[in-house]
Amino acid sequence: MSNTFNRPIRVLVAKVGLDGHDRGARIIATSLRDAGMEVIYTGLRQTPEMVVNTALQEDVDAIGISILSGAHMTVFPKIIKLIKEKQMDDVLLTGGGIIPDDDRLALKQQGVGELFPPGTSTQDIVKYITEWVHSHRNF
Amino acid sequence: MYNSKATISSINFKQVARALTIVENDLTESAELLKNLTFNKPTPIIGITGPPGAGKSTLVNELINNLLKEGNKIAVLAIDPTSPFNFGSLLGDRIRMASHFNHPDVFIRSLATRGSLGGLSVKTIEMADVLRAAGFDYVLIETVGVGQSEVEITGLADFTLVVLVPEAGDEIQHIKSGLMEIADAFIVNKADRADADIFFNNLKKITSQNKEEQTQIFKTVASQAIGIDEVTAFIKSSASQKNQRRELLLTQKAYQLIQHKLTRHIDKKKLQHAIAEALNTEGFNLYSFVDGYL
Repeated sequence: MSNTFNRPIRVLVAKVGLDGHDRGARIIATSLRDAGMEVIYTGLRQTPEMVVNTALQEDVDAIGISILSGAHMTVFPKIIKLIKEKQMDDVLLTGGGIIPDDDRLALKQQGVGELFPPGTSTQDIVKYITEWVHSHRNF
Repeated sequence: MYNSKATISSINFKQVARALTIVENDLTESAELLKNLTFNKPTPIIGITGPPGAGKSTLVNELINNLLKEGNKIAVLAIDPTSPFNFGSLLGDRIRMASHFNHPDVFIRSLATRGSLGGLSVKTIEMADVLRAAGFDYVLIETVGVGQSEVEITGLADFTLVVLVPEAGDEIQHIKSGLMEIADAFIVNKADRADADIFFNNLKKITSQNKEEQTQIFKTVASQAIGIDEVTAFIKSSASQKNQRRELLLTQKAYQLIQHKLTRHIDKKKLQHAIAEALNTEGFNLYSFVDGYL
């Protein structure tokens, strides 16, 4: 696909459920901003519906979910299901947190993108989102 | 891929969202889309401005609550600044409106200033018009809270609410600030704080000078939904009046649109390169340099 991309990438960063550890989400949000992206930060205690409605209205290129509560096998499939319902298949769903390899692979098969473990360099995340968006969205 | 006429006539949030993206980024379809906009009702555009931390987003959240009670469809454009250093933005106004994320009649879009000053983004006029054409009953625009010069909103909104907090500097700050002249109404938020009444009275004195009509001042505590009914009533009565400033507003909008179109071919990065080159030649003069672009 030719790369005609000439606008800031828009990303939604959110935390879902009752998981209150938002330091990671904030660091990611700031790193993405520093990389020149437009980051919509909705913070804590979002539901999958809120995440997808926001992503739709904001027309974001990617959704980043930070999850440390262990509920990833509930949260990610729910979001994926809503994304498909609303035909937003061209939006990247990615994230990070404490997610075992087996779960990560299982989620990948359902359509979730890369999930980053603690200790990942923010540069790697910026690179991943940028490359994904540039190769999947051409407007 | 995009049919501008069909999509804008009914409120399909996904299509509205994409139309906004097209317009915001001036994509190929943008000009056609804007020329095909039709307006079936006089949707008022309400500007909400004021210093950072005054409670603009919280107030907007409460206004949405109230306007929804009568079955209105509401669109919000919430503007946050873009960093001049890395051109990125963190858009967080939405957080205060979380209770409306799943409401089918509320559409919220965050936008970044992308380097423009004055509290708006370059494409705010166009984006507000897309929302008006989409059939919303009210369009609320929350400007960046940057201090004393975010007065551009008056060239866009049908009327403007200026949100202030009781301890926001002494009254002199307000006299000098451009904000004071643009208000159709003032909202003294966080009015449960000490000295709020003194502030309120000072504001009243300043704003009644040299004016036949006193600009309305409302006291609110937005975080507790106090005083919101009065503000909503003001919005509704202002919206139903014929806008006396319509010609002036449209003139300002036209002027801005022409200005943007005329300078569209000038790219700041390229300009910087050209300057760098020109600096190497002897006898560089900024004014002769600029002539080359006119």
